Amino acid sequence: MFPLSNVGALPDVLSGLLCGVLFGFVLESAGFGSPVKLTAQFRLSDWSVFKVMFTAIVVAATGLWALRLAGLLPADALFVPTSFVLAAAIGGALVGVGFAVGGYCPGTSVVGLFSGRLDALVFVLGLLLGTVIFAGLYGPAVEKLLALGEVAAGDTFSAAYGIPDAAVLALMAGALVGVFVIGGRMERARRGPVTAAQAVAGADEALTR
Amino acid sequence: MKSPSAASTARPVRPFWPPFAAGIALGLVLLLTFMLTGHGLGATGASTRLTAWLGTEVLPQTTAANSYLGPMVERGNPLPSWITWQVIGVGLGALVSAFWAGRFRIQFDGSHSVGTGRRLITALIGGLLAGFGARVAAGCTSGLGLSGAATLAIAAFVFLGTFFAAGLVASRLVRGL
Repeated sequence: MFPLSNVGALPDVLSGLLCGVLFGFVLESAGFGSPVKLTAQFRLSDWSVFKVMFTAIVVAATGLWALRLAGLLPADALFVPTSFVLAAAIGGALVGVGFAVGGYCPGTSVVGLFSGRLDALVFVLGLLLGTVIFAGLYGPAVEKLLALGEVAAGDTFSAAYGIPDAAVLALMAGALVGVFVIGGRMERARRGPVTAAQAVAGADEALTR
Repeated sequence: MKSPSAASTARPVRPFWPPFAAGIALGLVLLLTFMLTGHGLGATGASTRLTAWLGTEVLPQTTAANSYLGPMVERGNPLPSWITWQVIGVGLGALVSAFWAGRFRIQFDGSHSVGTGRRLITALIGGLLAGFGARVAAGCTSGLGLSGAATLAIAAFVFLGTFFAAGLVASRLVRGL
């Protein structure tokens, strides 16, 4: 039955806008247009980024798993990223440093910009510049390098290592509880979550030290 | 700089959603996206297409000859695609939410903490590193980290692990804002 795009249920424009509007609305409502709130995750004083992301991952992964079990979603109908683990590790580290220094990740910079933050526009310009530099360096050698360390057996934990999806989901649910417990403790020991009023007022010396 | 009240809308500032509620909402939006399209949410798919489009406007021959951007512009304008509409939607959704909740304010966030000049540089360098890194990983926090993890992909968890470790170290070494 799913995905509905296979039966041409919605044109790309409507489907893209619908998913995007909901995505942007939720991200802004979570506080993820604010670079102070976002980077507070790395100062360990506000665990909202991890709490929201882990909850969303567990909800979506469980939903996809249930749809698959119910026979509504063929396993090969989903886009699963290829397990280029070296490329993912290097890229992840660079995006992490960019997030800590620049205050946003690519998606949240759009949220920052549309909640009035002009520094987010500068971040977006940086994104384009980074893409240009990558394109300039790209070639057979880079392509080969980034394909190193591919897990040949498969792209998911069940395909590559035979760990059942249900076990991975249970582990993730356990990790989610851990994030809320440990994160909550660290928040109480530190400054605590950045409030909406603080985020709207903008970063200041006390919030970011 | 203006005080917050001077530049903001007249609406009172509403609090952010509690993280658990926001996480469930985000998970349902992500699930809906998979059910509609077969793939998840993203961001840098659109910025890469925008880069390719700008390239054809400014340096058409160089862009067409480039081995990364060239294939993207072979079949004409790379911009009209699902991911572009999705990112435009993200902007609209964020705008509506920020206005409705009294959280829209024009500002250069970080200019109070590190100064406008330094913030200009950290935002640009941060964006550059994130943009480059997202091409290395073939995805960003949304496209690979969030959406990939929902499909239980190995690459997504590797990405999230190094993302957090590197960010933790970098935020201790460099003050971005």
